[in-house]
Amino acid sequence: MTGAAPELSVDSVTGIEVSLPVAGPGARAYAFLIDWHIRLILALAWFCAASLIYNGNLSFRVPSSSDPRWFGGVLAPALAIFLLYHFVVELFMRGRSPGKRMAGVRIIARDAGVPSAGALLARNVFRLIDSLPLFYGVGLISVIASAEHIRIGDMAAGTLLVYEGAASYLGPAGGAPARGDAEGAEIASELLGRWPSLGAEARTQLARTLLSRSGLDPAQVAGMDANELLRQLQQLAGRASAPP
Amino acid sequence: MSGAARRQALIASLLSRAPAWRAADARARRLAHGHTDEAADAAGVADDYRLLAHDLARARTLLPGSRTREYLEGAYLRVHATLHHGAWRPGSALLTLLRDELPATVRWLLPYIAWTALIFLLAAAAGYALVQHYPELIALFAPPELIASVERGQLWTQGLLNIVPSSILSAEILTNNIVVSLVAYCAGFLFGLGTLYILGLNGLMLGAVFAFVAQHGLARQLFTFIMAHGCVELSVMCLSGAAGAAVGEALVRPGVAGRVESFRAAALRSGQLLIVCVVLLIGCGLIEGYISPDPRFALSTRAFIGVSYWLLMVALLSGWLLRGAPPPESHTCRVRRRVS
Repeated sequence: MTGAAPELSVDSVTGIEVSLPVAGPGARAYAFLIDWHIRLILALAWFCAASLIYNGNLSFRVPSSSDPRWFGGVLAPALAIFLLYHFVVELFMRGRSPGKRMAGVRIIARDAGVPSAGALLARNVFRLIDSLPLFYGVGLISVIASAEHIRIGDMAAGTLLVYEGAASYLGPAGGAPARGDAEGAEIASELLGRWPSLGAEARTQLARTLLSRSGLDPAQVAGMDANELLRQLQQLAGRASAPP
Repeated sequence: MSGAARRQALIASLLSRAPAWRAADARARRLAHGHTDEAADAAGVADDYRLLAHDLARARTLLPGSRTREYLEGAYLRVHATLHHGAWRPGSALLTLLRDELPATVRWLLPYIAWTALIFLLAAAAGYALVQHYPELIALFAPPELIASVERGQLWTQGLLNIVPSSILSAEILTNNIVVSLVAYCAGFLFGLGTLYILGLNGLMLGAVFAFVAQHGLARQLFTFIMAHGCVELSVMCLSGAAGAAVGEALVRPGVAGRVESFRAAALRSGQLLIVCVVLLIGCGLIEGYISPDPRFALSTRAFIGVSYWLLMVALLSGWLLRGAPPPESHTCRVRRRVS
């Protein structure tokens, strides 16, 4: 871990160490707010729908008689949705939740693996402490004050919240200008990799943009046909053969 | 060959391996999600790991700020996690938690459970003895409404269902019990002193109230009321207190691992117990809302329900309940079976 930008270093037997950036209070709060709204809406939706079905009319009236059907069918599921949302969702989404996914973060164990069910459970039980005295005050102070930006629940469960990998796929090539031979070759290689899956118009346009940015005369590039564009891309990528 | 040309050739050579990276990444994802049982896939992960490690090292030198390096790091981490942890199956994870980890936690907590139960019983006995000898002390332990009701010769629980519906009563009770249980756990973090306070206070109150109602000839009625839900409710309170005390001791006597690491280990193990306590308390709340205040249930029925529920709790916590469940099958086992 470094002081300025905390990272989790993952060692391996190959000797190649990979660092994962640890999410700060902002990303945490963003993810939590999204999840809070989702679980609130889900719980309210269940309560309203089940109440309407139970009462048989447009009424959310609580029964005055001791009817277990109302408790079991209306109240208990709504409470369960609200209270168990984080644990269940994180368990089934491998340390993620819809809010965390939108914030681009996920929970990991300290060896970069998916946390165990027990760890996820402990992490969520400790929300009680983190939420004290109001609005996650203890958790917020802990996240800000700790070097690893962790709340008490993370400390107890041995988990961290890290940013998802910025590049989870070798994406399209046209987004950034080629700022040198190495990057130009990299983007050309990516484009060649996706060449068979792209439509004729899209790959022609992407190839022309890339070749123009790599230093070729735009007028000359505009006059090239698909085969010539492919050949130029292969040259830029340093490849001798056509892509698969 | 010039330096620039040599570098360009190395980059081209590296980038030409992109299809292999994609294949490795896809294989790791398939295995991690349990979407494949192919022996070839499982065996290929080790090769993928070496391939990605090698190419990542080259990418860091040749393309340090590139998306290729980022992609390789992500793929390498996925393969690393897949190789070291196998597939993630929520069902297996839950089964492992309930069948193996939870009973192990309870065994680890046994001395703490014994101590907290003893503290609770001693406090209850002390509360009983105090109010038995000094009846006016009940004002320290019980609210005025409860005292007035008992002095009128009525338990405060009588007619409860005429005031509040069972559903609302259950919700109120289980919420209160869960909060008390979690507070008993969290209070243990104050170096165990909080657990002592919560359990001692609750024991004193229980003993005092029992002594007070006994003086007014209502002990049997109170016993009848708490029989169905009390066995598990009081046990869960002791369990929560024991879990909190274990964390408290980890803070007081961290051992060689250090305070933070000891706290982490103790909290991780004891925290698992809490969710079971919460589930058990939901059951207690339902019983207390629907059965305990209902005069139609005889004492024998209540005793049967209370003892059965308590035995179910013991079976769950000891691992006996899920002993017959097949062990969660690891991916390696399944692949080996397919190969054979």
